[in-house]
Amino acid sequence: MSTSPDGTAAAPWPLWEVFVRPKRGLSHTHAGSLHAPDAALALQNARDLFTRRQEGVSIWVVRASDITASSPDEKEPFFDPAGDKVYRHPTFYDIPPEAEHL
Amino acid sequence: MTVEFSADAAQAHFDALIEADQRIEPRDWMPEGYRSTLVRQIAQHAHSEIIGMQPEGNWLTRAPSLKRKAILVAKVQDEAGHGLYLYGAAETLGVSRDDLLDLLHAGRQRYSSIFNYPTLTWADVGAIGWLVDGAAIMNQIPLTRCSYGPYGRAMVRICKEESFHQRQGFELLLTLSRGTDEQHAMAQDAVDRWWWPAVMMFGPADSDSPHSSQSMAWGIKRFSNDELRQRFIDISVPQAEILGLQLPDAALAWNAERGHYDFGEIDWSEFKRVLSGDGPCNRQRLARRVEAHEEGAWVREAAAAYAAKHAGGAAEPGRRHVDVA
Amino acid sequence: MSEQTLLASASARYVTGLGDDALVLAQRLCEWATRAPVIEEDVALLNVALDLLGQARALLAYAGELEGGGRTEDDLAFGRDERAFRNCQLVELPNGDFATTMARQLLFSAYQYELYTALSASSDERISGVACKAVKEVAYHREHAASWVVRLGDGTEESHGRMVAGLETVWPFAGELFEPADAVEVADVVAAGIGCDPARLHRGWLAYVGAVLAEATVQIPSPGGWVPTGGRRGLHTESFGYLLAEMQHLHRSHPGATW
Repeated sequence: MSTSPDGTAAAPWPLWEVFVRPKRGLSHTHAGSLHAPDAALALQNARDLFTRRQEGVSIWVVRASDITASSPDEKEPFFDPAGDKVYRHPTFYDIPPEAEHL
Repeated sequence: MTVEFSADAAQAHFDALIEADQRIEPRDWMPEGYRSTLVRQIAQHAHSEIIGMQPEGNWLTRAPSLKRKAILVAKVQDEAGHGLYLYGAAETLGVSRDDLLDLLHAGRQRYSSIFNYPTLTWADVGAIGWLVDGAAIMNQIPLTRCSYGPYGRAMVRICKEESFHQRQGFELLLTLSRGTDEQHAMAQDAVDRWWWPAVMMFGPADSDSPHSSQSMAWGIKRFSNDELRQRFIDISVPQAEILGLQLPDAALAWNAERGHYDFGEIDWSEFKRVLSGDGPCNRQRLARRVEAHEEGAWVREAAAAYAAKHAGGAAEPGRRHVDVA
Repeated sequence: MSEQTLLASASARYVTGLGDDALVLAQRLCEWATRAPVIEEDVALLNVALDLLGQARALLAYAGELEGGGRTEDDLAFGRDERAFRNCQLVELPNGDFATTMARQLLFSAYQYELYTALSASSDERISGVACKAVKEVAYHREHAASWVVRLGDGTEESHGRMVAGLETVWPFAGELFEPADAVEVADVVAAGIGCDPARLHRGWLAYVGAVLAEATVQIPSPGGWVPTGGRRGLHTESFGYLLAEMQHLHRSHPGATW
């Protein structure tokens, strides 16, 4: 975890860790980190950054400085593309079948 | 709970993890050279994503159909997001994003030279998607297995999103190539200008690459520059044929003995010139980035001031819901 | 012309206005790419733009069908001149600084929230379909704008000054959003339950916007005075011609081409 140069989390736009539970029945998993000045903007930014491809059911944001860690990070989840923005799916395009490596 | 390692034991533990192709995580001991190499590489990768928004961002307001406009908005947005994932990964190594941006703005950290070329026509957007993202994917897939956990994981997420970028570029060019004569000519002109810069994205020849072997030993780099470059060319030649577009290299020819395409001489003097700051768009790209940062300072300060004033208050979501009778 | 055809063509005009609003605002938001004050806002603003573009495409495609003349979403977006666009003037205003943009976003997204909530109950299935999906999107848009208006209004002295100035710039253009059905030629559309009377959206809009501005320590500009209007009748601001020129130039340079 990073800290600002004086060792505290006093930076104006501190680091937050983001946890997302993509659907009911699963638990929250670590999705990554972002900067925000407060919790509300952290949640908005987390929604934009980590759930652009589907509506996460629940997002937690925690100031990085509030986390005590003793073991390596968990593996982050994949996010499947959102159903309505179909141009994000690689299969959306008419690519000639003979074109390889696309 | 911490266990004190001696420096030798720590190095041995680190070496064993690398040897076993295991992942190094943020709280593990690591040699300072490993840490600083990663900070530089991840930061420059992040900077590349952010600066890389500019050449294509140029065409957002001028996209010739609503479908293409939407695709391009999604792509440029992805690039911003990728930059953020990567800054996040770099920050696990004990640097702050602000410091990394300061280094970029001061010209002390770099971004991929490919973005110092201009997007002169709509077809350039397609060429970037096909060639530049194609080359980037070739570099990035091996990085998903980078020894440093957070970087590898960021790359997994990025690669998944990037596959749509490359297909989007290819399809855009295909449509142009099969369109009107003007559109075909536009596509060919773009490929003529972007092919060699894309080939140079893989960096100098292995023989000119002094840091490569240490990066390979640390599991940061998995394949050599020349290997990746050859693979990119081998894949791109048949794709160009399907596109119905020529690649601007008269020396391109299949070599059955090698099992690869032979290709022409790379103009390394141009590469060095662009790298050193004299490409067509170097000054402009950095100036735009610095301007956004400086003009945005009052906004960032305002948000920080608000947070300080309201520290300790409950989070707001839902507070502004208003029931109208 | 039969009543059915008259209603269809009135509906086409109505839906075109909604689609044009979304398209023009998406175009303005695209101008922020690579210029946002923090990278998270590049992501956020492009997210809003993408949502709006989706709304625009669905609405303009439907408008073309209602017209019955075979015009596609692209024909409408790229083939019409200034006087044929029916967007309100608010969305075409130049972005200005970040405070001005957020002020515009607050006023317009709050309006769209009330609008799409009402249109979710439209007797026209296509419109209600678009509206049901869009409501969720614009709920987020207005929350995002509100967060920034509050932080800029109640941030530093400089940000407060800019927020006040930004609001002064955009506020007069909000009036046009709520012009009653008669004035905008769509009374029949409203009567048929297809569209909604914009005047009825004002109360909910003002309650939300008022609450946000209060929290932002920014006063609502005094009522009365200049109320620009005309967008729904194809009378736009001088900046609109430049916006269209940029947006349409490439498409128009290659008539009949596929992209």
